[in-house]
Amino acid sequence: MLGRFLARRLAMLLASLLVASFVIFAALYAAPGNPVAALSGGRSLPAASLAVLEQRYHLNDPFFVQYWYWLSGALHGNLGISITLRENVSTLIASRIWTTAGLVAYASVLIVIFGIGLGVLSGLRRGLVDTGTLLLTAISAAIPGFVAAIVLILVFAVDLGWFPALGNGTGFVGNLQHLTLPAVALAISSLAIVARVTRAAVRTESGREHVQTAVSRGIPARLLIRRHVLRNAAIPITTITGITIASLIALDAVIETAFSLNGLGAYLVQAAESKDLAVVQGISLVLVTAFVVVNLIVDLLYAVLDPRVTLGSRAQ
Amino acid sequence: MGAAALIADADVRPPGTGVLGRLRATGPAGLASAGVIVIAMFAALFGSLLAPYSPVLTNLSLAWVGPVGGHLLGFDGQGRDVLSRLLAGATTSMLGPLAVVILAMTAGALLAVVAAWRRGAADAVISSGLDILFAFPGILLAVLAAAVFGAGLLAAAIALAVAYTPYVARVLRGAALKERGQPYVAALEVQGVSAPGICLRHLVPNMLPLIIAQATIMFGWAMVDLAAISFLGLGVQPPNPDWGVMIAENQTGIQQGYPLPALAAGICIVVVVVAFNVLGERLFAEVDR
Repeated sequence: MLGRFLARRLAMLLASLLVASFVIFAALYAAPGNPVAALSGGRSLPAASLAVLEQRYHLNDPFFVQYWYWLSGALHGNLGISITLRENVSTLIASRIWTTAGLVAYASVLIVIFGIGLGVLSGLRRGLVDTGTLLLTAISAAIPGFVAAIVLILVFAVDLGWFPALGNGTGFVGNLQHLTLPAVALAISSLAIVARVTRAAVRTESGREHVQTAVSRGIPARLLIRRHVLRNAAIPITTITGITIASLIALDAVIETAFSLNGLGAYLVQAAESKDLAVVQGISLVLVTAFVVVNLIVDLLYAVLDPRVTLGSRAQ
Repeated sequence: MGAAALIADADVRPPGTGVLGRLRATGPAGLASAGVIVIAMFAALFGSLLAPYSPVLTNLSLAWVGPVGGHLLGFDGQGRDVLSRLLAGATTSMLGPLAVVILAMTAGALLAVVAAWRRGAADAVISSGLDILFAFPGILLAVLAAAVFGAGLLAAAIALAVAYTPYVARVLRGAALKERGQPYVAALEVQGVSAPGICLRHLVPNMLPLIIAQATIMFGWAMVDLAAISFLGLGVQPPNPDWGVMIAENQTGIQQGYPLPALAAGICIVVVVVAFNVLGERLFAEVDR
């Protein structure tokens, strides 16, 4: 059953990626402006070099042939050449991808540890802890990443001087230090949402009849929480954690720009401003792929946690 | 998730509670949020008229000057009155998300109702099309749109609406399916009422509380995403005032010790988004009841 589910989800993933790649290519193909003018930087070229350019970039071929060249190139790791930096897009992406991956991973760890932790704590303990968490998370959930960024820079970089405000840093410790504030800014609203959903799930599961029965049978609290409450609450918690972590991939462009980090997202924004279309296409493809793959992993985890999912019925 | 459960009791609700009655049912937090939203909407419509000074007139000799008499929030890095820019900026900051929500809700509701009404092949095509659209996060689609059409609010708003549509359609499709199965729909069909007639006059109005709750939550997302796009320089273009633009252009002030202009715009965004989130959650809880 799990095998068939996996096969179906993989087929859907490939279909999504194919359509996404088509949309990305077609959108930028249709972009106003003459590609030759963009490639030559506006200078007028002799007919011979014009012909070379047209041949190299397949500019005279029909649309679908061009798409095919681009897609098969992309599958071989060749995403074309950046017109502003005159370098391979793949090389440019490779040199920036680790900043982005590191930032998203760091923020994900924060979300899992503090988001779920806070949610479980507030779900199990009524009273002041719970009320405080509810209020705090209601506000933090509404803080956009770039607003969090300016507040964090103001407090922890300018006033207290604990962390550097901008840039990438060198070495592992330097990187970690430079990524701490960005990771917190990236994580904060997702963390609050995860905490709220976790709290609600823990509350719901604690109120179930089988849990009340287990309580009356005198099963120790630790065992009860782990085996009966958390095991069942794990399903909604996994879903919301997965969805929010996947959404970080797009939000990271904003955070990288706010902290002047040299990652994929900030580069995508610069490329969009300067109409460096090969770079926009390449990075979009990488980000969409990452987004879809993370979503697939979440679905698989979900299927493992809740075997009913593999039995079909996705109507719910 | 849980969309079907959300509307389970929609038809046993006492009728005629009206807008005010619904609002009162959301409790004090919901009412306070609605108040904040009304004030923000008022600023969006009349902010430029209320602004005491010109929001775009620069005066570099006043750059980064703090609050003084007549200028409650001081001046920004180009010597413009911050309060005037906040008031005038409410227009794009509020009406942009409103446009996104209206577009996404209309498209999402249309797709959901068609999928639920026709079922079968139409439902399968719509549902898998929406699944594929899920592959595009809103901000990414907006950046792509900016690369194609150039930076601007319109392209960003349309891109976000397209990215939000699958979320709307997924929630409403479940509700529409449930509503489609109600006996009153069959009764109307027997009476010979046309399908669009049933959908527009009965089915959609019965889903309205859910639609409004979803639209309220979505306004918060749209506001955050649009402000982010303007912050990136791909949305509203300076010198036009907009809360996202104001944060971007006053970011340098943070490191120079003049955080007020950037913070003021950030606080405006957070307060309005909190209001929409709280009210939206309460409205969902009401639908759920």
